[in-house]
Amino acid sequence: MSRAALLVLADGRFPAGGHAHSGGAEAAVKAGRVTGAASLEEFCRGRLHTAGLVSAALAAAAAAGADPVSLDAAADARTPSSALRVAARKLGRQLMRAARATWPSAELDAVAREFPKGAHQPVVLGLAARAAGLGAVDAAYCSAYESVSGAASATVRLLSLDPFDATGVLARLAPELDRVADAAVEAARRVGDEGVEVLPAASAPLLEIGAEVHAAWAVRLFAS
Amino acid sequence: MTVPGVRATARIGARADGRGGTALPVLEGEGPIALRRTRGSGPGAHVVLVGAMSGPLGGDHFTVVADVAEGARLRVGSAAATIALPGQTKDEARYDVRLCVADGGELQWLPEQLISAHGSDLYVGTQVDLGANARLVLREEQVLGRVGEEPGRLTSRLTVRIAGRTVLDQELACGLGAPGGWDGPAVLAGHRAVGQLVVVRPEFADEPAVARVVGETAAVTPLAGPAVLVTAVAPDALRLRRVLDEALVTLEGSPAERTA
Repeated sequence: MSRAALLVLADGRFPAGGHAHSGGAEAAVKAGRVTGAASLEEFCRGRLHTAGLVSAALAAAAAAGADPVSLDAAADARTPSSALRVAARKLGRQLMRAARATWPSAELDAVAREFPKGAHQPVVLGLAARAAGLGAVDAAYCSAYESVSGAASATVRLLSLDPFDATGVLARLAPELDRVADAAVEAARRVGDEGVEVLPAASAPLLEIGAEVHAAWAVRLFAS
Repeated sequence: MTVPGVRATARIGARADGRGGTALPVLEGEGPIALRRTRGSGPGAHVVLVGAMSGPLGGDHFTVVADVAEGARLRVGSAAATIALPGQTKDEARYDVRLCVADGGELQWLPEQLISAHGSDLYVGTQVDLGANARLVLREEQVLGRVGEEPGRLTSRLTVRIAGRTVLDQELACGLGAPGGWDGPAVLAGHRAVGQLVVVRPEFADEPAVARVVGETAAVTPLAGPAVLVTAVAPDALRLRRVLDEALVTLEGSPAERTA
């Protein structure tokens, strides 16, 4: 296992298209729910313990070798917003392209064929981690961190927030990120014996509603 | 000191009576949950859940099971809101709802709100298993705290399977002791009422519902299957019900369907 591979996969400059998505931050900023560093922190905290936990568990399970088709169906059931399902598949397809070019693997090729429109991004992330020789813990961290870092950097652009403040938010969330990654790996470990039903299903009503509100806008800065 | 909580299971079984109506061969309340068949319009059977005591309290475990057979139509409501209260023990209370609708059956599950009182700790698990051509309308509303009161801890998981395939699996945790951010801008943002409405209809397979928003705090969205979910948050129970009712009326094709 290469620690450097984790840095490559987790790098915000990894060309997988994530920068075009705000993780719901654009809708929350427009609605006046996120107005500065303090509300951004609460936004990210809520996201981390809901969508972040679910994504991290899916990624960890995929990295550990669970069946990608079952994981993708579990992701669908945990993503009631159709706008978010579309965004997750689009991101999954982009990540799949980047991952196949970076870490060629027969397993990635097979999943790309199975899901021509893209599988859910966290599932692809887990498979990419696997192809890079990384494990479930790495995939969980990568996914959990991504669930908040994207929203934080989007908010820097949306609110002209001081980037130091946004990074401070991420640093303060680190202990909770550790706990979310642990819980995700623990759930993923049980998938082999007990099936995908054991994966967390934590939901955030305003993320789901906000995604649909956002998708209905004529003009937006971010894709989701 | 350990005080055992109340364990109670109520069962409803609905069958087509062969004359176009629905019979209820099973209608068994237990302990604090009583069941009453009521008169209603339309060919379906109507049942009201009556809470004979308050609860569930900490340590209690209530279960309600409803089984709708092929061709039967059942509508279940409740006489009043359910209030989760603290018990003599610090244990979590649990409320399980298991709903099964066979192919060609129809269930409308429309209970009143669940109110999480200060100091309570309740886990609600709702599992719905539907045949490929079953129909469902299910409403779930949670109110965090009575008027002016901080809520207790409430965790609610809702799973809907159609022909064995899970189309919805959602858990919401809120209140004291819930994971951080539950009342923040990503989850509830200070709203004290949250609800979901699930509508399953075989026709959605060929003609999926179109996603749309209802104001800024509710959305109607097609699920990955012949089903639609309405998610809403609101400042209070009254306004939540208004939004969910409005969404239901626009989803229901004809008035006949509303009176199963």
